[in-house]
Amino acid sequence: MATEAKLETGAAFLTTPVTEAHFLTPEQFTDEQKLIQESAATFIQREVLPKAEEIRHQEPGLMPSLVKKAGEQGLLMIDVPEEYGGADYGLVVSALVAHEMREASFAVAHGAHTTIGTLPIVFYGTDEQKRTYLPRLATGELIGAYALTEPGVGSDAMGIRTRATLSEDVQYYILNGAKQWISNAGFADLFVVFAKIDDTKHTAFIVEGAWDGISTGAEEKKMGIKGSSTRTLYLDNVKVRVGNVLGEIGKGYKIAFNILNIGRLKLGAGASGGARAALDMAAKYSDERKAFGHPLHGFGMIKKKLAYMAADVYAAESLAFRTVGMVEDARVAAGEDRQAQLAAIEEYAIECSIAKVYGSEALARCVDEGVQIFGGYGFMDEYPISWAYRDARINRIFEGTNEVNRLVAAGTLFQRAMANKVDIFSVFPEIDSQVSSGTAPDFATAETPAALRESVNLVERIKRAAIYSVMKGAMKFMTTIRDEQEFLEYTANQLINIFALDSAVARALSAAREGGVDARAHELMAQVALLKHFNETRAAMEGVLTMAFEGDERRQEIARVRAYLGDPEADIVPLQRELAGIIAERGGYPLK
Amino acid sequence: MNIVVCMKETPSTTAEKSFTADMRLERRKEDAIPNPFDEYAIEEGLRQQEKNPGSTVTMLCMGPATATDTIRKALAMGGDRGVLVTDPALAGSDAISTARVLAAALTKIGYDLVIFGNAAADAYGGVVPSAVAEFLGKPLLSYASQLGIAGDKATIQRQAEIGYNVVEAPLPALVSVVKSINEPRYPSMKGIMASKKKPLDTFSLADLGLDAATVGGAAAREKALGAEKVSTQRKGEIYVGNDGAADRVVAFLVEQKVL
Repeated sequence: MATEAKLETGAAFLTTPVTEAHFLTPEQFTDEQKLIQESAATFIQREVLPKAEEIRHQEPGLMPSLVKKAGEQGLLMIDVPEEYGGADYGLVVSALVAHEMREASFAVAHGAHTTIGTLPIVFYGTDEQKRTYLPRLATGELIGAYALTEPGVGSDAMGIRTRATLSEDVQYYILNGAKQWISNAGFADLFVVFAKIDDTKHTAFIVEGAWDGISTGAEEKKMGIKGSSTRTLYLDNVKVRVGNVLGEIGKGYKIAFNILNIGRLKLGAGASGGARAALDMAAKYSDERKAFGHPLHGFGMIKKKLAYMAADVYAAESLAFRTVGMVEDARVAAGEDRQAQLAAIEEYAIECSIAKVYGSEALARCVDEGVQIFGGYGFMDEYPISWAYRDARINRIFEGTNEVNRLVAAGTLFQRAMANKVDIFSVFPEIDSQVSSGTAPDFATAETPAALRESVNLVERIKRAAIYSVMKGAMKFMTTIRDEQEFLEYTANQLINIFALDSAVARALSAAREGGVDARAHELMAQVALLKHFNETRAAMEGVLTMAFEGDERRQEIARVRAYLGDPEADIVPLQRELAGIIAERGGYPLK
Repeated sequence: MNIVVCMKETPSTTAEKSFTADMRLERRKEDAIPNPFDEYAIEEGLRQQEKNPGSTVTMLCMGPATATDTIRKALAMGGDRGVLVTDPALAGSDAISTARVLAAALTKIGYDLVIFGNAAADAYGGVVPSAVAEFLGKPLLSYASQLGIAGDKATIQRQAEIGYNVVEAPLPALVSVVKSINEPRYPSMKGIMASKKKPLDTFSLADLGLDAATVGGAAAREKALGAEKVSTQRKGEIYVGNDGAADRVVAFLVEQKVL
């Protein structure tokens, strides 16, 4: 996957003009990657979906047997190095597989095992730990889980209270505590457990489920993902060999945070797949179901919903796979050293958080409108869209709530700016003069296709107006920035939409140059995404300025930004109608 | 046992179809898949290999040079090696040309059991298996819904209107299979990884000792004159009222052999 091109730096999308995609897009997947994607999709279709009902009722033994079956197919070995029995296919393939998981409970079980259950050992394990555990995790002989959250401790992972005490013979750590909402807990053989040694040193341990002192509580009764096992894990004087300390003593939090970056990114890729599935269901139904004598997709308000869903899917998958490509290139360029690989991945913490937030929120919008298109049937249990709706909700909560991820995105932006790792200071004077004078140059080039000229200009103006307003806010709140969460949220919302729109427009520009039957669908989805996100992005800018200024100054600043941004000339209605027409004709999301 | 599965590269059934001026199907690499009917042949080859330890399975395909990717897809399901016969002179081959080439390739690589899908999803000729049998002078067990190998004999069940016929032939033999014979496996990720390391040989017409004048468009005896899109509009009949509507529905269901 590594390319010769220079690696894009984190958050560079904010200051780099939108051009044809210089990053990974779904159009660039290799034959082998597509074949694996198809293989994973077929596995889900044949082995998992027919058992959706039994999965939801947690039929005993079913979920672990499905995870093991996935292991026989090779679907658990993707991220495991070859010398430990894995395929070492890397993040592009594992994100593609996550994208194809159409049954949310199974997706959670699979993700808990392959990502947070296995990757800590891949990245931080000693050779002996890897030899002991990875080959069996790669086949599914062992099923993994990850135990960080505690009652009262969620996103604030540093505050855990589980204790680890060195035994007198210094052979063991004795673990005591309770870990809450642990996915796969009901059947996992192996847990990555976080505890504090002597109440201070945050440390990770590899704990086998069969050891004395391990027990689990009852299955939690949840709103969605009912088929995934979620229990409390109790550790009662569990003797963990000192050889099973994972990574450095006192640096367990690093494992927690670094693995979460990958987890968030894969969640984003998975959520975009779920959103696509919701669109496909809704599109099919809108063809079958007639009202007043016409199929639903003939009605303007339904067309709008279908078009918005497609635009959401398009932006979500564009930004997720863009980030996957960047992270994978950086990981490969970092060489064999796993710590260097993680440092490289950390470069894209902003993009990983955005992938999580945008993906989960696009999914939320799509399942919501999906239910709406199904009408009363969408509210009935026997219709899969009702389950998609329930199952989607957790995505905005786990792997760091969307609020925490917004703080990460905005906070990291300011840290990077202060460290001169993102160029917003150096570009500010020019932007300031552009915005103050209310005149924006034409950002389109001679090669920009006519249909995308306005999109290119809007994206570029949004970027500049965002830098302008965020810098104004940052100057005001410089010393109190951590206490101004609303400012950070407005900032994050601008970043999120900019990354989504830049990714979508760039991909559409590439598709336009390639030509082909899908070029128009690309164009329409990028345009609709842009027009539908335009107002909310502008509102976030105005939110910042409203917080930072008062009276005449406030009015003047807002007026400047409004004048600079201008209003879109395009009418979204004909675009969404045309896009909905393509969706109806193809029976779902327009791209393969 | 040396098992050879003959497979064709066809466009995906859902791909947009278009034709060249001389009515040849335009083949786009990105739409290419193994002929869906051949998946049953591939599956049967792999099952016979599992039942007869020590057997090898070769995927044999005639097609454009890029068909190696399609052969790899078949090899991701299983099997030991692939053979592609490709030559610019083969463009425009009809069924008889294709059969001539496959027969020559089979003679070159050797075979005990040759398995075909019973037709290709693009042209639906359904002639190739019997024509290859004719060129080779070997028996063809066609339309097999079950296949058993015992000693040097192959036995099939051939689905008939009522029940089935049991037909047998001595090996080496050719078999064409119907969809009910099995449920094809799909390539696992492990299979995809393994397929990259399997040998894949490419033969030209010269390698097979064939004269370009006897095959390809030059020798084609069939010519496609036109193609039209199938109308996919669904037609429904609505019977209204109490007057005989129920009887007509029953009559329809009897006619359709539902009742």
